[in-house]
Amino acid sequence: MKFSDDKLKQVDELVAHYPEGKQKSALIPLLHFVQKENGGWLSTEAMDYAAELLAITPIEVYEVATFYSMFNLQPVGKTIFEVCQTGPCMLNGSDGIVAYIYEKLGIRPGETTADGLFTLKTAECLGACGYAPMMQIGPSYREKLTKEKVDALIEEGRKKLN
Amino acid sequence: MGRKLLLEKAHVEGIRHYDVYRREGGYRSVEKALKTMSPDQVTEEVKKSGLRGRGGAGFPAGMKWSFLAKPEGVPRYLVVNADESEPGTFKDRYLMEFIPHLLIEGMICASYALGSNRSYIYIRGEYWWVKEILEQAIQEARNAGMLGKNILGSGFDCDIFVHPGAGAYICGEETALLESLEGKRGNPRLKPPFPAVKGLWGCPTVVNNVETISAVVPIVNDGGDEYAKLGTGKSTGTKLISACGNINKPGVYEIEMNISVEEFIYSDEYCGGIANGKRLKACIPGGSSVPILPANLLLKTAKGDARMMTYESLSDGGFATGTMMGSGGFIVMDEDQCVVKHTYTLARFYRHESCGQCSPCREGTGWMEKILLNIENGKGKMSDIDLLWDIQRKIEGNTICPLGDAAAWPVAAAIRHFRDEFEWHVTNPSDALSRNYGLANYAKPLEVVTTA
Repeated sequence: MKFSDDKLKQVDELVAHYPEGKQKSALIPLLHFVQKENGGWLSTEAMDYAAELLAITPIEVYEVATFYSMFNLQPVGKTIFEVCQTGPCMLNGSDGIVAYIYEKLGIRPGETTADGLFTLKTAECLGACGYAPMMQIGPSYREKLTKEKVDALIEEGRKKLN
Repeated sequence: MGRKLLLEKAHVEGIRHYDVYRREGGYRSVEKALKTMSPDQVTEEVKKSGLRGRGGAGFPAGMKWSFLAKPEGVPRYLVVNADESEPGTFKDRYLMEFIPHLLIEGMICASYALGSNRSYIYIRGEYWWVKEILEQAIQEARNAGMLGKNILGSGFDCDIFVHPGAGAYICGEETALLESLEGKRGNPRLKPPFPAVKGLWGCPTVVNNVETISAVVPIVNDGGDEYAKLGTGKSTGTKLISACGNINKPGVYEIEMNISVEEFIYSDEYCGGIANGKRLKACIPGGSSVPILPANLLLKTAKGDARMMTYESLSDGGFATGTMMGSGGFIVMDEDQCVVKHTYTLARFYRHESCGQCSPCREGTGWMEKILLNIENGKGKMSDIDLLWDIQRKIEGNTICPLGDAAAWPVAAAIRHFRDEFEWHVTNPSDALSRNYGLANYAKPLEVVTTA
């Protein structure tokens, strides 16, 4: 993994948010960026590269990458459905959404479809309790889910094949 | 209709942008503070206002500010906690999404009071689009000279940066948040030293919730005394309540702290009653960590008084018969909901979010999750209920940070008030799989015991 000059400039911009010598603080923002550039997950190579960019040791990166749930340490599908299942979403039928995705795609939480298009994950409270049930897809939220809305999201994801 | 101090302008078209926000009277507090007040005077107004931390603990904000150490030549920091992750809570997101400049305005005043030249917003990573809204608003404020060097010719320099988290409830705990901001795992620190003495990068730091800092704007504009006139007793001002669960109108409401819980649930101005014509069974009024109450104790205190939406009234009766205001995450459950199952989802949440530093929390949350799942699935024993009680007692108070307490309290309260329902799951395992226990006596008015 090696960033272009343009990407390196974006990394410098992230590091500039912190005082001189505190560049390690940019680690989480940097890992979000590296993950996005690396097809949605953090390989060992990607994490080592992040360490190199911040002049810290690889173990400092692994420690962090393994702690936070938004970092994927294995390859993921092109579209990741992260269905919230905590209390308030459960009260509004999140179990039914997970079951419906299984019915449509044959994947259970933690699994990816054979064509590599979809990954299903369950998530803990995403702060959208008033708009339940909901799921996160990449950087956006899809709220007040119904079967029809899930159908449309699956269609949307299939278009990414091309 | 109560007065609104924070969300009054939230739905003015274009209010996300500086020009519209300014035209609507925005950034007046920055002009007032920087041009006519000393930093200590700003802190003094916040003290007078009686503003209490809106993240959950309810600690007086002005007092927290006055604890900040001010050694010569050492930078000080303001960090805004926008890690909003407490189940049931989505108020800060709403505020930042609709009226981001209010937070930035409050941050400039607070940074001036505290002497922070570089302030941070730590926002949960999942709120990525909100981060982008904030970054755009910050850039607009910079362009308008409200941030940067020598703001409004006052000689005060300040810039604000947004730092995303990456999915960890524990980072809402202030010392875990600081660890995370330093690029580390979110393991809470041992206290003391408190952040006011040794916080971000070892420097004196104040960490405040989004809503708390936003409330500084009306406090500076109108004065602390005016702010303190709103509300009831020590619950001054307005509070954002995020209402969810089985209600007709879930959403974020700004309330003046002088209305009853009953009005909040049933009035069309707020939740609009229980959805689908059902009856109220239970409610967790302050985010998942605070005790759940059955309908009867929710609407009236054990003394028979109407329960009000204030810090004091919600906690009336202590944990035996009361609960807490917490973060204002108001979770309502109708008669068809199962308290055991709901408690199980919360136990699973806390197991998932435990950082693993302290064994009572790391091990105990896993045990509670497993036992609750067994009971929910009709595989529990009567002794499991006592075992659950025993485990939560052994977590509470025995951990570095309050996540342990937060995990213990929902389980304790569920057993305390809904023991019948737990026992029914054990004695009727096949029924427990096919139907719920229902409303039982949970809404039946309680007898008020009066002592002579």
